[in-house]
Amino acid sequence: MKVRISDDALALACGADAVAKAFVDAGAEVERVSSWGMHWLEPLVEINGIGFGPATPADVADILAGGADALCIGPIAAHPFIARQQRLTFVRAGKTRPLDLDDYYATGGWQGLAKARELGPSATIDALTASGLRGRGGAGFPAGIKWRTVAGAQSPQKYIVCNADEGDSGTFADRMVMEGDPFMLIEGMAIAGHAVGASKGYVYIRSEYPHAIAKMVAAVKACAHLIAPFDVEIRVGAGAYVCGEETSLLNSLEGKRGEVRAKPPLPALEGLFGKPTVVNNVLTLATVPWVLANGAEAYAAYGMGRSRGTMPIQIAGNVKHGGLFETAFGITLGELVNDIGGGTASGRPVRAVQVGGPLGAYHPPAQFDTPFDYEAFTGVDGLIGHGGLVVFDAQVDMAKQARFAMEFCAAESCGKCTPCRLGSTRGTETLDRVLAGEDVDANLALIEDLCDTMKFGSLCALGGFTPYPVLSAITHFREDFVVRNKA
Amino acid sequence: MSLADILSRHKGREGPLLPILHDVQAEFGHVSEDAIRAIALDLNLTRAEVHGVVSFYHDYRSTPEPRPVLKLCRAEACQARGVAALVAAMTPNPSIKIETVYCLGLCSVGPAAMVGTDVHARLDATKLEKLVESL
Repeated sequence: MKVRISDDALALACGADAVAKAFVDAGAEVERVSSWGMHWLEPLVEINGIGFGPATPADVADILAGGADALCIGPIAAHPFIARQQRLTFVRAGKTRPLDLDDYYATGGWQGLAKARELGPSATIDALTASGLRGRGGAGFPAGIKWRTVAGAQSPQKYIVCNADEGDSGTFADRMVMEGDPFMLIEGMAIAGHAVGASKGYVYIRSEYPHAIAKMVAAVKACAHLIAPFDVEIRVGAGAYVCGEETSLLNSLEGKRGEVRAKPPLPALEGLFGKPTVVNNVLTLATVPWVLANGAEAYAAYGMGRSRGTMPIQIAGNVKHGGLFETAFGITLGELVNDIGGGTASGRPVRAVQVGGPLGAYHPPAQFDTPFDYEAFTGVDGLIGHGGLVVFDAQVDMAKQARFAMEFCAAESCGKCTPCRLGSTRGTETLDRVLAGEDVDANLALIEDLCDTMKFGSLCALGGFTPYPVLSAITHFREDFVVRNKA
Repeated sequence: MSLADILSRHKGREGPLLPILHDVQAEFGHVSEDAIRAIALDLNLTRAEVHGVVSFYHDYRSTPEPRPVLKLCRAEACQARGVAALVAAMTPNPSIKIETVYCLGLCSVGPAAMVGTDVHARLDATKLEKLVESL
């Protein structure tokens, strides 16, 4: 009997190793696979397609004896959380051993790279452009246009840089790709290198992800011969959130302070060490093999409006059924939070959902009919960012959340531009006065003015987008601020 | 491994400063003034430039931390799952160092923490207390 248990960081954090050991001790054969992404069920045990979770070592004897009915969820692939998804980027999630090349081959691995080599660089970029794939890191810039720019730049040296500095709270899809399907990401980078004429790729992974780093280092070693002459190197960040911003990341890779660069010049023309550079998020590059292998039309058939394809949405925070939910653009926020997420874990009503990380807006249930789409979220003064949702229940104090957004910006600001460096600190102080009930209306007016300066005067999204959580909290949850007024 | 070994290991690499600093910190527990001086000399940088990099990144320490370090996530997803109350209920323990991190990517099963490379999720007061005691 073969028992499959994930070895990704989240499963480990929930005790997967102890469960796996208990199965081995009981004489079972254990295979460590990637995570299905049903996080409330981790550690999830799979035997002949049937799932049991969340399992503890104490449940092992029962599961092996054919019992453990309370933990049994039936066939995993038929579970509504999985069956409702359209998994393209996460097509192998839960199904393969992350570092097993045979598993990767057997499930369509390297077909995208073979296709790209057959098509040649220009037709590869055409296919990517036709697929409509937009940068999944948050900015949503069309990937094909970026690649075309780098391909057209004249330089003996070009680079592919994968942004794996996934620092947004509420996001973990990059981590899951690197820990669960690392060859797919490397294949995507190799396709990018082939398409734009780059021979060297870097993956910049945040230091908070030691398991992802270990898997990527091992994966690069295992498949070096398959992507040659392209070469990938893993680099590790050092705990600076701002290095998720692409120019800051490039400076960090060069061994400098992770300060933001003014644009232009675009990294596509003058990027790493001043050379033309593709900087793409993990999810963007990881989706490329599917697009090439299955065709641009197949990918573009999913989605709505100018948001084509699927988005790996990460459902997190105070939610009953948290995890990775990949689906075509167009699903509403309410469906994600209530139908799929099952509402709050605490059982209290949902009060707010922050979409798109620490720089994303807080949305009240009144906006739950907003479809998950780049333009639709812009339309409600928000952003989808990297696709993370953080659910908050009725106990949340939105004035404190607004203050935290400013405090976070102050802690992580690179210091290069004044609106972000000073604005975040003055914003924190002003919100402290609001929290203390001092002249609330006047101080909120000051905050709104400050946010305007930060939004339009900052060099990058850290200072420029911090106003989203702050202003959305004030707009939609004003009662949490005015209640403190002592005047 | 000596500092000289670390420096020679990274010879010829593009942009070697962060990898060098990671190795120095892993080997010696911190990045000392002496190390900054030697690295600057080796890479043909000024001490100010190396110091600027060391002080920019949260991960690098200029003094050693003898206590075990528990990195506790205090970002939004863990806030939504009650990390503030967890911290408020903790008994102060001067023999361990609790550091704030913003996000460990375990946002659906927080509150979460990391010790070394060991990750812990679904922390409640009892589990956190036990974890702290085990350090």
